[in-house]
Amino acid sequence: MSDVKKKDELLFDHNTDGVDRRGFLKCMAWAGTGAFCVMSGGVLKSYSLSRVSKIGAADAAGELSFVQISDSHMGFNKPANADVAGTLKAAINKINALPVAPEFMLHTGDISHLSKPEEFDTVEQILKASPAKDVFYVPGEHDILNDDGKQFLDRYGKGSSGGGWRSFDKKGVHFIGLVNVQNLKAGGLGSIGNEQLEWMEKDVKHLKSSTPIVVYAHIPLWSVYPEWGWGTEDSAQALGYLKKFGSVTVLNGHIHQVMQKVEGNITFHTAASTAFPQPAPGKADSPGPMKVPAEQLRNVLGITDINTMQGRHALAVIDSTLA
Amino acid sequence: MLKRSVYITFATAMMLMGFAILAVGNYESTVSARGFQDKPAQTAQVKIDNFSFAPPTLTIAVGTTVTWTNQDDIPHNVVSTDKSFKSRVMDTDEKFSFTFSKAGSYDYFCSIHPKMTGKVVVQ
Repeated sequence: MSDVKKKDELLFDHNTDGVDRRGFLKCMAWAGTGAFCVMSGGVLKSYSLSRVSKIGAADAAGELSFVQISDSHMGFNKPANADVAGTLKAAINKINALPVAPEFMLHTGDISHLSKPEEFDTVEQILKASPAKDVFYVPGEHDILNDDGKQFLDRYGKGSSGGGWRSFDKKGVHFIGLVNVQNLKAGGLGSIGNEQLEWMEKDVKHLKSSTPIVVYAHIPLWSVYPEWGWGTEDSAQALGYLKKFGSVTVLNGHIHQVMQKVEGNITFHTAASTAFPQPAPGKADSPGPMKVPAEQLRNVLGITDINTMQGRHALAVIDSTLA
Repeated sequence: MLKRSVYITFATAMMLMGFAILAVGNYESTVSARGFQDKPAQTAQVKIDNFSFAPPTLTIAVGTTVTWTNQDDIPHNVVSTDKSFKSRVMDTDEKFSFTFSKAGSYDYFCSIHPKMTGKVVVQ
């Protein structure tokens, strides 16, 4: 364990001048296989997922454990993955095999491919096999087609406000689910909108700055690649409300690949899809589904397992492939 | 000049023959009257592929029916920014048609992927 750790551990002191670029790129290079990151006291530690089984329980376990899944696209049946139900089941099996059963799941949207009732039904059926008691959803653009999200709210909106946004607390961690796929403007990016921003400002106002914050939304809240719409136009305003907090983790989907970035007090993380991969930013003519050889498909799909450690104000984010 | 009018005469004759054949062929059909409109309906196509509209700007005459066809692996829609037309979401190979009866410039986009924008200029 200790040898492995020395070899794979990256330490970058981003209190001086941001991120150690070489280290950050190495972390990015692991994206295909997933990464395990712990941020503690301003230092990010990152481990390759291929070594995660060798990392001690103390590194992986925490006070609270939850899983993020994303972009199930139930109903998609094109060559990039003709069996999205099969790969979602594989994701649930992976979750069932985690050393610590997650307390709940976050689904960061694109549950369905075409917003058809039977697509949502299938996902709900498959998710019943997971150990997580609750699943909290935010919509992706594919979940609100043709009805401005009415069906999404009917199914998953209980306890939420507006277009489906909500906040809740679990063991001292404050979770904020944002909706950024409604009312998109021509030529624009993801959008949170004034009503939701006002709600969010009020929501966090009363919290102590020591409260760990987890924000989850479908479209990335950082500018991953605006040319492909991979960003949110008013995310800076939302993140501005979180400046006082020592630990902020932002979890997104939409781009069907694992990416992460640390900026000040905020760690950004995107999850893999359980359905099909998309190309790296700018590496194809369009962000359309990427067909990979069948035997490689499960290496580029995955789940994200997150542990929080009380008192350390750190979240460990572990991406697992479905292989 | 003379040569051209001969061609026009010839073309007109052929068209009339065509209509005659059409009329005979559809003699018992209730739709036969449609063959005798003053102008044949004009159509134009926009292809949706690779998260883009082709052509991005389409120029047409008033009365033209434009058909968008989604050839992408991902669903898209077509929404005009002035709300004058809006399609349902089109899955792969699905189509949407709209007839432009007023001159003007119509900007539109895919409301699911708003980076996808296009324009129809109706003259």
